[in-house]
Amino acid sequence: MATTTYFPETVGQTEALPLPSKLHEWIVTVDHKRLGILYIATALFFFAVAGVLAAFIRWQLAFPNGTVLPPDVFNRFFTMHGTTMVFLVGMPFFAGLANYLTPLMIGARDMAFPRLNAFGYWIFLFGGILLYFSYVAGEGLAGHGTAPDVGWFAYAPLTERAFSRGTSTDYWILSIILTGIGTTASAINVIATIISMRCKGMTLARMPLFVWLMLVVSSMVLFILPPLTAGQMMLLLDRYLGAHFFDTQAGGSAVLWQHFFWLFGHPEVYVLMLPGFACANEIIPVFSRKPMFGRAAMIGATVAIGMVSSGVWAHHMFTVGMSASSNIYFAVASMVVGIPTGIKIFNWLGTMYGGKIRFDTAMLFCIGFLFQFLIAGLTGIMLAVAPFDWQVTDSYFVVAHFHYVLLGGLLFTLFGAIYYWFPKATGKMLSETLGKWHFWLLVIGFHLTFDTLHFAGILGMPRRIYTYAPGRGWESLNLVASIGVIFQAAGVACLVWNIIRSLRKGAPAGNDPWDAWTLEWATTSPPPEYNFAVLPEVRSSRPLWDLKHPEDPDWRYE
Amino acid sequence: MTPSIAGEKMAAIGKTVALEQAGMVEQPGWTLPDRGRVAVLCLFTTEFALFTIFVVAYVFYIGKSLTGPTPSQVLELPIWATICLLSSSVTVAIAERALKANRIQQFKLWTGATILLGFEFLRNTAVEWRHLIQDFHLTITTNLFGTTFYSLVGLHASHVAIGLSLLLLALVLGLRGSMQGQARRFELLSWYWHFVDAVWVAVFTVVYVIGR
Repeated sequence: MATTTYFPETVGQTEALPLPSKLHEWIVTVDHKRLGILYIATALFFFAVAGVLAAFIRWQLAFPNGTVLPPDVFNRFFTMHGTTMVFLVGMPFFAGLANYLTPLMIGARDMAFPRLNAFGYWIFLFGGILLYFSYVAGEGLAGHGTAPDVGWFAYAPLTERAFSRGTSTDYWILSIILTGIGTTASAINVIATIISMRCKGMTLARMPLFVWLMLVVSSMVLFILPPLTAGQMMLLLDRYLGAHFFDTQAGGSAVLWQHFFWLFGHPEVYVLMLPGFACANEIIPVFSRKPMFGRAAMIGATVAIGMVSSGVWAHHMFTVGMSASSNIYFAVASMVVGIPTGIKIFNWLGTMYGGKIRFDTAMLFCIGFLFQFLIAGLTGIMLAVAPFDWQVTDSYFVVAHFHYVLLGGLLFTLFGAIYYWFPKATGKMLSETLGKWHFWLLVIGFHLTFDTLHFAGILGMPRRIYTYAPGRGWESLNLVASIGVIFQAAGVACLVWNIIRSLRKGAPAGNDPWDAWTLEWATTSPPPEYNFAVLPEVRSSRPLWDLKHPEDPDWRYE
Repeated sequence: MTPSIAGEKMAAIGKTVALEQAGMVEQPGWTLPDRGRVAVLCLFTTEFALFTIFVVAYVFYIGKSLTGPTPSQVLELPIWATICLLSSSVTVAIAERALKANRIQQFKLWTGATILLGFEFLRNTAVEWRHLIQDFHLTITTNLFGTTFYSLVGLHASHVAIGLSLLLLALVLGLRGSMQGQARRFELLSWYWHFVDAVWVAVFTVVYVIGR
């Protein structure tokens, strides 16, 4: 048999270290794989925290006139839930996946700047801790507030000194600026790695789609984070030096904050979503036993999404009273995003069509993603129609829509990614049985919760209300939605148990458990610190296929 | 495999890795852009976006102040400061070439000149701000002009200050004789200095020409 690995044999085993030394190694590490794992573990931790907040929110709303949470606590919970999920779960998942996989996939020994990489992680982590530290220290002057309670998009002038006393809003500003610095550092590092560290023969045309999408995401981050950071700097100047950027009484504009925020906030959705697409791009072909259908179209569509999505932000603002021409432009531009996204869906369907599909857990999650993301896209097009948006804006229809995108779309692919790459990162397989429990419980819970919330929104239930009176037709919908949380929580518990169980006694994974084609499967599981004993040389977009099938390599046809 | 052979192999691999990380070994016939240059260009992109937002806020609020003073009443063209900053781009380029050619004395001389010019620029900004604050009572809280003026010009000045600190570091290292072979790094620093200059051209145009 031809050699199918760039790591011919195991070279020395790391000796068992005492626990303090082990922990010390993790703290001082600059290894991209360890930092990737740290990012993802931290993201999962914050995911659990924000999930608990969401569970309390749903518990409060399960029955009319709920008394589980007082209104001020409720405001803090939905603010922290949203902020955490976007900045402390979605973003580090991107950074973690990009960190762990990019160097392995392009045949490099590490990221371009390992120490910058460690800096990015630690500043992100302390940003996250700072956000939650507000619960302890946010009291500020005269006991005003603890945690931030201004919503994750923190609209002015609610965030101005006059309306947001104490320091809770400052915790929101500073912690998000810090995590933003970390994300920018990661993005620069990912781009430099992809441009400058590829192994011989790894041209852009042969680069794995995952890496391509990470390149696009990182480039987007460079353009979209500054509007948020700049807006937050202005807000700090307003709050501490008495500037008037968003102070309407001195002629400032509260709508300007909305423009700056959504100039970040809308592309941000794609920054969160594209890593999910990136994972689907690797998983779906491998489990369909076919190369990606329409590779070039997928790359083109991704770049198109990156560009178009930066010009649609004000569809979040149809109700603030923009001019008719602005409304028309932003409505049409938002619908245009549907075109490249639709292309991607056909790419994935075309890959599965005629393939020999293996329904492993990773693939199940990707199939669930395809269905749910399609519906999320369709409700997105509904919301892009300005007159329809006027009816349902700030209602549970919007809440259901973006949870369909981020939970039904993004989270499903991320869970798929965990099942797919966990064996590489740990050398142990996850249990398929528990994985299937995880998948089906999550599917049932997800649809119970978020399908029904669409209807609650159409029936007029506004988002962010802490309770509601009986007799408006929202009771049963809310109860069903809350029951769904139990299934979702049970599903996630299956994942946690699965990970713990596998780490202790999982079946050994071997180098290449899925018979895949990208370079990360050409080294050991887990890979050694230097990844590849011999740097690979690549001649096609499926280098591992070429190694395994010297009689019929891809490069003959590319 | 016996442990000793494994150990040797580990050491050999470790050596290759170290060399590669130092950029000493490349796969023959395969060169890619320098990672430092790529990263610095990325940094400029994101900084450019940051300045753009402050410029947008400045332009958006031109003429919207509810009270005076207005830009045309108080602002004077900072010609001398602009000459200093723009010429410092020339001196830093000469310093960079000197370092590349390993002419350390010249490198120190021109880096010192760059630093002096940068400080002169910041001194002019300080004088201008003192004039505005003391004579016209224009602070960041006075009106929207004050708010946007001090934040945009201040954001740029803080970038000049960061650049100056790095140049000072390079000069100190040069005086201690440890800048030999650092031409690649100093090149990136000079790029940053040019970037700060280019941003000043935009700030100058928006604040002192269009906004006045």
